[in-house]
Amino acid sequence: MIRWRRLVLAAALASALPAASAVDVLHRERSLYQTILITEDRNRICMQFSVREQQRNQSCFNPRRPKRMVFTYTRMMMGALLLEPEPVNVLIAGLGGGTLPTALHDLLPEAHIDTVEIDPAVVAAARRYFGFATGERQVVHVRDARVFIKRAVTDDVRYDLVMLDAFGGDYIPEHLMTREFLDEVRALMTDGGVLAANTFATSRLYDHESETYRAAFGMFFNLRLRESNNRVILARNGPLPDKAELRANAAAWRGRLRAYDVPIREFPARLSLDVDWDVTRRPLTDQYAPANLLRGD
Amino acid sequence: MAAHVPYRATWLNARVLLVNALAFCGGFSIMSLELLGGRILAPWFGGSIYVWGSIITVFMLALSLGYLIGGRLSLRAPTLAKFGGILTVAAVILYPTVHLAEPTMVWVFERIEDPRYGSLVASLMLFVAPTVVLGAISPYSVRLLVRQREESGKVAGTLYFVSTLGSALGTLATSFYFVLWFEIDTIVTCLAGLLLGLGALAVAVGVNTEAPA
Repeated sequence: MIRWRRLVLAAALASALPAASAVDVLHRERSLYQTILITEDRNRICMQFSVREQQRNQSCFNPRRPKRMVFTYTRMMMGALLLEPEPVNVLIAGLGGGTLPTALHDLLPEAHIDTVEIDPAVVAAARRYFGFATGERQVVHVRDARVFIKRAVTDDVRYDLVMLDAFGGDYIPEHLMTREFLDEVRALMTDGGVLAANTFATSRLYDHESETYRAAFGMFFNLRLRESNNRVILARNGPLPDKAELRANAAAWRGRLRAYDVPIREFPARLSLDVDWDVTRRPLTDQYAPANLLRGD
Repeated sequence: MAAHVPYRATWLNARVLLVNALAFCGGFSIMSLELLGGRILAPWFGGSIYVWGSIITVFMLALSLGYLIGGRLSLRAPTLAKFGGILTVAAVILYPTVHLAEPTMVWVFERIEDPRYGSLVASLMLFVAPTVVLGAISPYSVRLLVRQREESGKVAGTLYFVSTLGSALGTLATSFYFVLWFEIDTIVTCLAGLLLGLGALAVAVGVNTEAPA
């Protein structure tokens, strides 16, 4: 009997110990908006907003190869460079660990990057654990993205690249997924300006969201890769480029993106104009925006 | 006189039921509107915690005023017809929110940069008036149903129970289902319609059954 107990105990310890020692929690914080968890394992540091398994890692980096983009969706967001290869004014909604703003800051020496993040605790964690540094060309605004964008439209500010990456944890900010919001984003974009949006590829929300983007932008590219549950929408304030232009931009960016692990040469073939969603679904509006309920269905 | 007793008993029950139904719908409308308030303000002032702070502050403030006013009104020859009138007024004040929300928020957004104060001022402008009137329902309904001092606590307790139950149901129905099925303006219009319908019913019943003082 005692022997059995010992065996069970040893087995339990054996299974629990590696997990406990492999992932260290560096920081845990309940901020105003979410639980922020910073973890470290053998080769990466991660920021998590959700305790749910599938939604776990928001932002990760490998301190030995800090440039390398760990997540497929982050690499997919860089596909925006196929449509606008040399953006000068960039707006990013949602900071996370600062992977996108840091990469764009390094890759585009002329660019000015404004990042909007609602949660001051995320900004602090990105600085402390992810080496995110602000400066003259790298500015963070602690504000609700919708309010920032509405204000920027009135102030006549324009961007040639807008990246929406504000949906992270368990809760979608519903006022950032409506036709009116996208109209405001479009009003903020220069002629030919590009939008890259990290969105959902599953649930009924996919149909509603796709219809919402179509209502605001008309045709757009869908970028999906097999290894990711996300899809990235690439839209333009103007006509979309043809395949030849996309391939040329991919070739031009290929070398510079190698250190980031962005397989940009594969992207042009993956950009789809197919309407692969149910077009009878209602676009989301400020009047009708149950994104979280639709996602749960 | 004796022949009137059975009739009077049924009438009293119907009256109690009606007052309770009105209190229930008052509670339902208050919380449904409060939840929708967050959705109405979000496009202009965001979804930050202080937007909810503004809304809750304004609703609490308006309700406290409403309780005070309802209590005062109940001193002046209270009748079911007048009670129905309060709900009708609430409906009439609530409905224009549908059309005034957008221009009001534009006006505030252009003048106040800080979304904390912007959301506070917009909430004040949009939600104080209907919520004050809805708040007057509770104390007035207590006065209508209390006949003896000894039962006043029981009557008040029952009415708080009924109206707070309405609030709970209004919160649940709005956040779980209404926003999934309907547009915000449709929900607000239906709330106003409900208040108007019940208010008019109370006025009609009151005018036909209450002897002039």
